[in-house]
Amino acid sequence: MPSKAGARLMQGNEACAEGAMAAGLRFFAGYPITPSTEIAEELALLLPKAGGKFIQMEDEIASISAIIGASLAGAKAMTATSGPGFSLKQEGIGFASYTEVPCVIVNVQRVGPSTGVPTAPAQGDVMQARWGTHGDHPIVVLCPSSVAETFALIIEAFNISERWRMPVVFLMDEVVAHMREKVTVPDVSQIAVAERPRPQVSPEQYLPYAAGEDLVPPMADYGTGYRYHVTGLTHDQTGFPTTKRIEVDALTRRLDAKMRMAAPHVTFVDEILVDDAEVVVFAYGITARAASRAVRDARAQGLKAGLIKAKTLWPFPDEHVRKAAERARAIVVPEMNMGQLVREVERAAAGRARVVGLSRVDAEPITPDEILARLREV
Amino acid sequence: MHKEIRLSGTGGQGLILAGIILAEAAVHDGREVIETQSYGPEARGGASRAEVIIADEAIDYPKVGVADVVLVMSQEACNRYAAQVKPGGLVVVDETNVKSVPDVAGARVVRLPITDIARHEVGRQVTANMVALGALVGIAGLATPEAAERAVRERVPKGTEELNLKAFRLGMELAMERARERARERARERVREASDAT
Repeated sequence: MPSKAGARLMQGNEACAEGAMAAGLRFFAGYPITPSTEIAEELALLLPKAGGKFIQMEDEIASISAIIGASLAGAKAMTATSGPGFSLKQEGIGFASYTEVPCVIVNVQRVGPSTGVPTAPAQGDVMQARWGTHGDHPIVVLCPSSVAETFALIIEAFNISERWRMPVVFLMDEVVAHMREKVTVPDVSQIAVAERPRPQVSPEQYLPYAAGEDLVPPMADYGTGYRYHVTGLTHDQTGFPTTKRIEVDALTRRLDAKMRMAAPHVTFVDEILVDDAEVVVFAYGITARAASRAVRDARAQGLKAGLIKAKTLWPFPDEHVRKAAERARAIVVPEMNMGQLVREVERAAAGRARVVGLSRVDAEPITPDEILARLREV
Repeated sequence: MHKEIRLSGTGGQGLILAGIILAEAAVHDGREVIETQSYGPEARGGASRAEVIIADEAIDYPKVGVADVVLVMSQEACNRYAAQVKPGGLVVVDETNVKSVPDVAGARVVRLPITDIARHEVGRQVTANMVALGALVGIAGLATPEAAERAVRERVPKGTEELNLKAFRLGMELAMERARERARERARERVREASDAT
């Protein structure tokens, strides 16, 4: 049941749940944890009304395993958690990544590591979202900075996941998750929804991991007569395990090439006043909101500042940073961690501009004044 | 319009719900709005605050620093937040719970028996948040009364709408009465000034 179109006051977590429903979510399994709990609460109400399934599982590992199973059976599936649960889900994320099972994993970041400060915001899981599961694997990580963006971006998360057959991590923070803002919900006819590619051949001819030109193998729903094997072991086109060097190499390289092919379609970045900027802020999540104000204040004081707001963190938007670094003298990277994406910005800037981090890790968001002060220094 | 509002008190007073209702009223009024909140791990007794920004333009940074309007419903919240108000701003104090107010130079302080009214006139102390909301709408004009009443109806638990609306309206009336008193006092002052001048 799509939510009613029009302007409404919505919480970030609520927008995540309602956006997921608009994208076609039909199965949620989770183990509620602060500050993500409202996502589960909302979906417990919405999913049964839409003929979907909501299951509160016994733990986080079971939750991600359940959504992988649901997705194999053809349902758009999601789980939601926070840091401690995200750590537990890494095993399943690796499985979904290697077996190319579409699913969305929401992680509402809180102060960590371990139990940390459950009710307070942080941005400490950026690298974990990229590299948390073992092995060489591509992944898409999206990060909203407002409630309206949460609604729109979670739909993209599903579309990317389905279109490219890959798990997508939706990385929120406690502030965006718990704040309420006006969201103008579009009419359901205005929302573009993608579906996974399904086989065009008979079950007898079906090779579950044979990909065409777009490198995405068509995916059959379990229970529809297409019987195939899914394993976390390295597999060949038939889905059965292999240790042949040529096939081991081919699978890792195809997954990497698929990510490269998808990259232009999954990279969402807003550039604000970057064209003539002498100093640029690179920010994401709630920090991008403070950065937006800082840039406006800097301009009012005669300092030509600009903002690169990354809504896609992975694959990292190299090109946007490279271009900005050619013109600007410095790029400031405020993060609620001790410096995670600042190193990626440094890599992409490749010495063309000075890159300066700004860390805040006291369980409070970075303020516009802190960013403005750093902009004036560089 | 760009107003930054902080509602503060202790957990259990319903300040977060009051903040949500105020924010929803602003949406009904066609304005931009953002509501954030902060609370301790305790459900009751810990410090609690909700912050609302209501504006005509898009709002970038969601947190309130120095506020235009501050509501303090406990002594602890008063000690912490009453002075974080802009010159020319407004501090609304629940005098049932707050005995001393620190110096808030340049801001107007309005003391109202918010919890007493909830307890004795509405008959339920838990409606103090709605009395406070009514007072804020009445004094500071943060939302139209129609939008606020609609938001109260939509957001309070089913079956308690009339009780909460009664509390909201008593808060509005209290604010209006204070505004009338203030107007009369000002008029008297002007008359005094005029007679002094002659």
